[in-house]
Amino acid sequence: MKVILTGNEAVARGAWEAGCHVAAAYPGTPSTEILENLGRFPEVSSEWSPNEKVALEVASGASIAGARALCAMKHVGLNVAADPFFTMSYIGVNGGLVVVTADDPGLSSSQNEQDNRWYALHAKVPMLEPSDSQECLDFTRAAFDISERFDTPVLLRLTTRICHSKSVVETEERVESPVREYGRNPAKNAMLPAFARQKHYIVEKRLEDLREFGESSPFNSVTMADGAEIGVIASGVGYQYAREALGDGANFLKIGFSWPLPRRRIREFASKVKTLWVVEENDPFIETEIRAMGISCFGKDVLPVVDELTPAIVARAVLGKEPAPGREGEVPPPNRPPLLCPGCPHRGLFFPLSKKKDVIVTGDIGCYGLGSMPPLNVGETTICMGAGFSAAIGFEKANEKAGRNRKVFGILGDSTFFHSGITGLIDAVVNKSRSVFVIMDNRITAMTGQQENPGSGRTLSGEETVALDIPKICGACGVKDDNIHVVDPYDLKASAEAVDRAWAAEETSVIVTTRPCALLKNVQKERAGMKCFVDEERCVLCGACLKLGCPAISKRDGRIVIDQEACNGCGLCVQVCPKSAVGKKGES
Amino acid sequence: MNTKTTNVLLVGVGGQGTILASKILTEGLLSFGYDVKMSEIHGMAQRGGSVSTHVRYGEKVYSPVICRGEADVVVAFEKMEALRWLPYLSAGGRLIVNNHEIFPMPVILGQAEYPREIEKYLSASAPGTLVVEAAKTADELGNPRVMNMVLLGAVVKTLGLDGRDWGGTLRSCVPPGAVEINERAFAAGKTLLPG
Repeated sequence: MKVILTGNEAVARGAWEAGCHVAAAYPGTPSTEILENLGRFPEVSSEWSPNEKVALEVASGASIAGARALCAMKHVGLNVAADPFFTMSYIGVNGGLVVVTADDPGLSSSQNEQDNRWYALHAKVPMLEPSDSQECLDFTRAAFDISERFDTPVLLRLTTRICHSKSVVETEERVESPVREYGRNPAKNAMLPAFARQKHYIVEKRLEDLREFGESSPFNSVTMADGAEIGVIASGVGYQYAREALGDGANFLKIGFSWPLPRRRIREFASKVKTLWVVEENDPFIETEIRAMGISCFGKDVLPVVDELTPAIVARAVLGKEPAPGREGEVPPPNRPPLLCPGCPHRGLFFPLSKKKDVIVTGDIGCYGLGSMPPLNVGETTICMGAGFSAAIGFEKANEKAGRNRKVFGILGDSTFFHSGITGLIDAVVNKSRSVFVIMDNRITAMTGQQENPGSGRTLSGEETVALDIPKICGACGVKDDNIHVVDPYDLKASAEAVDRAWAAEETSVIVTTRPCALLKNVQKERAGMKCFVDEERCVLCGACLKLGCPAISKRDGRIVIDQEACNGCGLCVQVCPKSAVGKKGES
Repeated sequence: MNTKTTNVLLVGVGGQGTILASKILTEGLLSFGYDVKMSEIHGMAQRGGSVSTHVRYGEKVYSPVICRGEADVVVAFEKMEALRWLPYLSAGGRLIVNNHEIFPMPVILGQAEYPREIEKYLSASAPGTLVVEAAKTADELGNPRVMNMVLLGAVVKTLGLDGRDWGGTLRSCVPPGAVEINERAFAAGKTLLPG
């Protein structure tokens, strides 16, 4: 059947068609929709795991036990899951194991631009790199077979453009693949040093076998054009850009099986063309190998390492064609940065915190990262998942050494707390940190589009389950009851008091905010009739409400206006107005 | 079938419904037998940021993205976004602008000014620019959220595809309870254009 799918939908479809039994992931743009879509197939047992390491370990256990398993994550997720990833390369598989890494050239929603193709080289596993949705489906199906044939995990490398672009796909039906027999075999599955040493020899031999296999893989293909002298070796969406830019004016070696690289085919292709170009996004991964083979080529000397490629960038580099000038606006319009939504519960804690002098706020990955934007300007570091807590501990130590009297607030969300914040909190308690650890609990993984987490009370498939109690976890980690402040962030006074008390505490303290995300369907339904409005007779245009940074509030034609469509009646503007000029209707 | 690839760029502000509009557009184009590619950005930018969706169709499409100066149609769901994405419009391209303003944070905070007389500038720079009252039309239909369907109707008309059957695609893409209002919005959008 012909359908139009995103790359992520096609990967999910391909895994289902391949008879995948178990899938696990932690949400992360641009990979999230893979598991969301797999979760719709009842034959696949799919789960949101608390983090990527857990997800890959779940998939690894399933694979060793004989099931076909898939694990998906964004590029930085593989850093978290690198520990099981490297050792699963030694163990190999029983049922096929496919690890999907979704890289983010252009950083549409990430903290770095790392190129995860190096992980395939580093962990000595085969890698497939699709260039459109059809290939996402086909390569995923094939990845399970390659995994079982060569006894290795397979890395499927996507990028944002592949994940979130749609193209036409021919689908097939699921081929059931029974869970394989399992027998106890510590020499294969228990990587004690003596066993692992033997395994390393096997891994090196496997790599050579895979290189031979790649030479004849249909995923590497040559298209020769009559009379064309230019040769292009390209992978991923870079291939599509090169085809778009150069059309039939170039010969192509398209690389889909991109580790280990097919050296003979590369050498043969290079010998047939006059000039050789390597078109790949981010790092010179293929190019480095080609240069090491002693073949000269153009690559990152003329194409950028940073950001995404486009057909225009390729055309300029290869053909010297200047991009279309387009029509410049006379004055570039003001920026439109992303921002905290109207009614976002994070605002209710950020606002009192923004008033506090002598504080340092270490932030984390999630919507609350947007608190660092004007006008709230709360948050000064963003490193990785969990670092909002752990970096706070180090910041406090450095402050002490430097004699700086500044209280440190570490901030992260509920999903991040479960992901890797708990370990930081344990460190804080045990090592007697006096910092404040804030968990903005909105009961959902919000930034990636509302995925369930261990606090949501529901699984990926929508089944009811235990909702973990964050204040209780903090207590179990050793934070004293008196130092755990649970507040409703829509109550500015309560939030401010919690900030003050935590600020003054001499022991590790915690603030937990308890409002669910304003975008949750049930919240939107519940609050549909709640709106704030301005009493123009009382309003003196002081602008206090504008300092909340709520996108529903603006000043137009000399009046303060609250957008009734956007407002959810959170009431923060009612509380900050010094003239009681903001009212609220529809209170429940 | 026209062998040239046609490029449509939908731009706006996160949350305005560009994603649903482009979904219906691409599903419809597929049903008419075109090769179609679509690209959009999810994640952080969706939180009220500037968003764009690229749709390309024809006999065979390679790149999922449109480069500057190559969009045959740019439809801006918000006025200032039309200004931002104008360099993507091709020399003979058609710009459709929703007469609707959403202030970005720098404007709300008084650090920047919302550009004035945008329509005038756009019409001078891109002759044939169509300023449509999609927000107003959606309000009149009784649901401001169907503004995206009004604009989709206008795009379909501009592409000369208004004679095709969009009904099945539209019905399959919106919830059953919302089909009727979306159909009316789509039909209204087609009438906003001259001819």
